[in-house]
Amino acid sequence: MTEQKDRELYHWLRLIREFESRVSALDKQGKLMGGVYSGKGQEAVTVGFCHDLRWDDWIFPLHRDLGAYLVKGADPKRLMAQIFGKRDGFAKGKDSYLHGGDLANGIFGSTSMLGATLPVAAGMAYKFKIRKEDRVAIAFFGEGASSRGDVHEAMNFAGVHKLPVIFVCENNFYAYSTPNELQFGVDNVADRAAGYGFKGEVVNGNDLHNVMKTAGKAIDRARKGDGPTLVECKTYRYHGHSEHDRADYRSEEEVITWESRDPISLWEIYLEKRKYDIAALRKEMTEEVTRIVEEAVAFAEGSPAPAGPEAMEDLYAMPIDTEAR
Amino acid sequence: MLVTYIEAIRQAMDEELARDGNVLLMGEDVGVLGGAFKASAGLQEKHGADRVVDMPISESLIVGAGVGLAVQGMRPILEMQFIDFISCGFDQIVNTAATLRYRHGGQTACPIVVRGPSGGGVHGGLYHSQNPEAWFCHVPGLKVVAPATAYDAKGLLKSAIRDDDPVIYFEHKFLYRRIKEEIPEGELLVPIGKAALRKEGRDLTVITYGAPVHAVMKAARDMSTEVDIEVVDLRTLLPIDWAAVKASARKTGKVLIVHEARLTGGIGGEVAARIAQDCFEELDGPVMRLAARDVHTPFAPAMEDYVLPNQGKITEAIRKLAAY
Repeated sequence: MTEQKDRELYHWLRLIREFESRVSALDKQGKLMGGVYSGKGQEAVTVGFCHDLRWDDWIFPLHRDLGAYLVKGADPKRLMAQIFGKRDGFAKGKDSYLHGGDLANGIFGSTSMLGATLPVAAGMAYKFKIRKEDRVAIAFFGEGASSRGDVHEAMNFAGVHKLPVIFVCENNFYAYSTPNELQFGVDNVADRAAGYGFKGEVVNGNDLHNVMKTAGKAIDRARKGDGPTLVECKTYRYHGHSEHDRADYRSEEEVITWESRDPISLWEIYLEKRKYDIAALRKEMTEEVTRIVEEAVAFAEGSPAPAGPEAMEDLYAMPIDTEAR
Repeated sequence: MLVTYIEAIRQAMDEELARDGNVLLMGEDVGVLGGAFKASAGLQEKHGADRVVDMPISESLIVGAGVGLAVQGMRPILEMQFIDFISCGFDQIVNTAATLRYRHGGQTACPIVVRGPSGGGVHGGLYHSQNPEAWFCHVPGLKVVAPATAYDAKGLLKSAIRDDDPVIYFEHKFLYRRIKEEIPEGELLVPIGKAALRKEGRDLTVITYGAPVHAVMKAARDMSTEVDIEVVDLRTLLPIDWAAVKASARKTGKVLIVHEARLTGGIGGEVAARIAQDCFEELDGPVMRLAARDVHTPFAPAMEDYVLPNQGKITEAIRKLAAY
């Protein structure tokens, strides 16, 4: 890897961590409404799969993939405005968090019916296939969502038509509070890929090198017309399901174990081995990402709150006013 | 040319597939078989397997994939083999498709059509006779249409395919081959959101849609010496053409609403409430409703007939209202 890429990847890992930490802090200060679903601890999955995508590829983030928006090209200011429910957010205040996508950058907003984006991603990949476009769609989902019928339906269809879609399971071991042993009877979600006729892989989702290697192969395979891949990334979320969840269903020992495998620390260890001046780099990067996040917060706070009647906008492509008749 | 209701549906899809390369048809067995009712007979051969696509038995996928295609500028027609199965795609319709534009702040449209055979009268039993239009009329972001004639079946489907919003198109399987109509050659579009005045009358208005339109029209003809009936066919259930509804209610002062879907929570309740609120001064009697009884649509012929509205029940209801 080039020096520039080493730095870039570090930038994204740090920016996501800083952005999410700030969002959590804003939530604690009571400055945000609604749910905040931190992906802290899962940054390597996001960066690994999104960094090498082209602008015209598409991602279908799950509710914890705020970082994927940033890496795929969403403006941090607008993303923060989205979280604040302001007019400059992607949903213009009509919903918060990751329910408003940034379609110009190939980011599809999710619903709270987790796993429901997978059929949409498969449909989009079907278009890429029939129009012979070498583009890919990446659908992220949690191991909890893997229990839903939509996940099966999408993978089954993708297997039938060898679609250029990659299914990325971010297995952080808990669906809200429900552990994997109460969620499914197999060791790995990726084992199911065999049942759909395509390749399944399990990777250490905290090791960016590992994720990038696997992502690269899967993206390559999809672009070449060799069909889908199901990649399961074993990772861990540091926070609860949402900021309101204290996550005391997990042991302290377990959390400490995973913190010792922190994706950013692992990347810093790698950078040190590559003889970078890690102390200087860390300081420089802290300044860089703090500035971006500060600007985003200032922009979001300054963005106008939508007025009540704006709730009636954007429902139909051509507005229909049945009451006026 | 003289065409049946189902032939009108097939023509609409055929013409739109030919007119616009972004139109696709996706559904179970729509390809070589041509659909369970042959609505798409010959279309795969003509337009290719990439555009007339046999899908797995996965209604949620069919609708969700349609949304993905729509975001890419395609215009998918999504067939539910029987409209009863739409419940399996319900989440994708109400939470993904209907909210798509809204939650993206107007960044995109969602030009999908979900269509399939609805309705009873053919002894289809519980899972092949449903009229679930009211489920969807409660959902902002959707449009809902229910054609009663071959002309409307063709014209509304073509409009639905060209519409940038998600349209749920309820075709009535009882009508598929029972009605035939002369349809003009060339472009035929019926606007979404406009009711049709099927018959002018002075004494009483019947508001209806779908298969019951035909029974109501027959009743109006049969009873013409007794009572002069005006018949309004809603055609579009979301949004409803309130101007047409209120104009007719004000004109005759008496309104009966007839639909095949069950009474409780049906569209008739909404129509009745609006008329009661906005036309109260002009009414000469209570706004009445005739609908299916509040049970599932049963299999055995005598039971199905007991549950669904029919000619006799319509005549009886009209007499009762006319007597006010």
